[in-house]
Amino acid sequence: MANASEQELKDYREEAAAWFKENTPAEPDFMMPLTFMEVGTDQQFNFLRDWQNKVWEAGYLGAAWPKQYGGGGLEQVFQNIATDEMRKANGPIMLNAIGINWAGPLILDMGSDEEKERYIKRILSAEDIWCQGFSEPENGSDLGNAQLKAVREGDEWVLNGSKIWTTQGNYAKYMILLARTNPDAENKYKGLSFFLSPMDVPGIETVPIRKLTGEYGFTQTFFTDARIPADCLMGEEGQGWLIAMRTLEYERGARAGQAGGYIITMPDAAEIFDLAKDAKRGGAPAIDDPLIRDELVKFLIEARSMDLCHKRSRIGPLSQDKPMSLPLMSKLVSSEFYRELNQFALSIQGTKAAYYVGEPDAHDDGVWQRGYLNAFSATIGGGTSQIQRNIIGEHVLGLPKS
Amino acid sequence: MELRGAIGFSEEQADLLDVAVNFCRDKSPVDKVRTLLTDELGYDPAVWSEIAELGWLGIAIPEEFGGVGLGLAEVVPVVEQMGRNLMAGPFVSTTLAAQAILVGGTDSQKADLLPAMASGTAATLALSEDHADWDLGHIDCAAFADGDALQLSGTKTFVTDAASAEWIIASVNLDSAPALIVINRSTVPDGAIRRETVIDETRRSYQLCLDGLSVPKTSLLDSSKTAETLAHLHLASNLLLSAEMCGGTASVIDYTVDYLQTRKQFGKMIGSYQALKHPIVDAHVGYEKARSHLYSAAYTFTQQGEGEIATRMAKSTASDAFSFAADRAIQFHGGFGFTYDCDAQLYRRRAIWCEAMQGDGAYHRKKLADLLL
Repeated sequence: MANASEQELKDYREEAAAWFKENTPAEPDFMMPLTFMEVGTDQQFNFLRDWQNKVWEAGYLGAAWPKQYGGGGLEQVFQNIATDEMRKANGPIMLNAIGINWAGPLILDMGSDEEKERYIKRILSAEDIWCQGFSEPENGSDLGNAQLKAVREGDEWVLNGSKIWTTQGNYAKYMILLARTNPDAENKYKGLSFFLSPMDVPGIETVPIRKLTGEYGFTQTFFTDARIPADCLMGEEGQGWLIAMRTLEYERGARAGQAGGYIITMPDAAEIFDLAKDAKRGGAPAIDDPLIRDELVKFLIEARSMDLCHKRSRIGPLSQDKPMSLPLMSKLVSSEFYRELNQFALSIQGTKAAYYVGEPDAHDDGVWQRGYLNAFSATIGGGTSQIQRNIIGEHVLGLPKS
Repeated sequence: MELRGAIGFSEEQADLLDVAVNFCRDKSPVDKVRTLLTDELGYDPAVWSEIAELGWLGIAIPEEFGGVGLGLAEVVPVVEQMGRNLMAGPFVSTTLAAQAILVGGTDSQKADLLPAMASGTAATLALSEDHADWDLGHIDCAAFADGDALQLSGTKTFVTDAASAEWIIASVNLDSAPALIVINRSTVPDGAIRRETVIDETRRSYQLCLDGLSVPKTSLLDSSKTAETLAHLHLASNLLLSAEMCGGTASVIDYTVDYLQTRKQFGKMIGSYQALKHPIVDAHVGYEKARSHLYSAAYTFTQQGEGEIATRMAKSTASDAFSFAADRAIQFHGGFGFTYDCDAQLYRRRAIWCEAMQGDGAYHRKKLADLLL
């Protein structure tokens, strides 16, 4: 597959490693978001935007995207190496997650030359933040039932309705938007269309949502007679569901083409071992307790399961029975893993499980408590774990629809 | 802490998988499996001959001893497909007996026994005892030197396929140290072998009473390699048990999904109910994880350290996945699931057997904790 020589790849890795060693910023004095869904303050936003821009300028983001649109024009393997080195340096996340991971690949895949020209480079540089308008207050997991209305008037579309759980909605310049253009279509899916909508037009208002942690990161987005240009429609009228499904494949990692980097900082399993050594049970380190040891090993096995399943999905003869199985289960498995890992981290703290961020005596500054509450963003967002099980049951095992 | 694992798949593994998928499906349809449940021998000798002709018994035996010269990694896809079709026979017993000779045998034992095993003479291991301990170093059976002979005593349990085996490789204590000996079954009196009643009716398992039995001293395997051989057999057994369990898990899920797609209640296919759909998805996800660990264990099996970690993880995940899937299979078949005619019981019984052999999930996790924490 790769045309690059071993030597070229080795040199590239060395260069990338050196660059990240030199340039990865020190931990700032404010709390950093662990995921792209936790960017709640301007301070955090500006810090992360600068970092993404710097990584892109150095060529380590979008390395495999086309050169003419601001990418590096290299083979994917180079970006994989760069991402790997980014991870090793334990740098901050990439800010413009929806841009680099799903809107960008979607536009490169299905967009017109003009759209690519207009959007791609500024996605990579983080000049234009992108958000996603799929979920609605009344239609969370039932995406096909989206009701936000788009009516064509002359050279414009007029939008009315509301979207919710808009990640970075208050910072976004553009939104990938699923809207109902034909309420009388023969079924609910055919009445949907897909837009690349500007956010800075009159009639679009974002209201931050306060999360269960007390912090911010999402908005509810209201559309009141908001007018956007006619050419914001992506593809044809009525293709909204099709394009949204393609978008979800990018979101779930079932389709390749993302710009690279990472948008979620995985809790390092080594940290939970340190916690298990620090925390006491009956006066002894928790890590000496046989039950806790059993649980810790289960997490180790599970962490490895995710890595091995990802690797096995690339081995044809070992994944061809049900080809969509491994890609479709990864979101369910990883999101539940991190929720359970954080939850377990609380259970080994004894009474200190009841401390929270801000308490000086909390283990690890309360990061596990906050992490546990935030972990639900992944088990609920992008299709809840329950919906994921429906999808796997229906699309992988062939069970009838619920 | 290394959270990443290594996995790979050789061309030889792919070829063997390809052939095994079809062979095992054709030679072991479930009605045949059921016919063999009450058969004293427990397997079809004609199929056994075909397996020998395919060369599968020699996959992990070097060419100089009449084998194919590959390794246990290449045996894994074959055993996985046997498990998928509940195929009976002394294939695993013989493969493991050959491993005992290969790793721990003397030069003359290798030259005498391996070519025969590679070409279809069955053999087995006798490592378990009534204390039911999974630690293979815990041995109560004894051997006493008596001139050129060894006088044996004690009883070995779970000697699989002993009635078909030409040779039985047993662990005993000799001069208060573990030792391995080859027993020629023709020297064992009929009364010394008793068939055990076991939960998995596709198995043939026996107790071997060693009291009064005597073997020549030349039956001893290389005494300098006993510990290494026992450790190897423990892991090799677990690797192949994991393969068998992964195959069984895939199959019991398919079997249950078929039922969920055809059985109607309250006017709807029962597979449309999330109370059934979600747990069967969980079973499937458990299977996929177990299969990833299985082929990681196969890939790294010969690596010192990593091979042990990966194999114990494979057995732990496969045990849990197979037990859960087969348990839910019975439940999800409703009243039919409670009958002997429903195949779910075949898988559940096999899952219990496989889990009980060479350490269940919790046992391996305890070993892993000591290795990793």
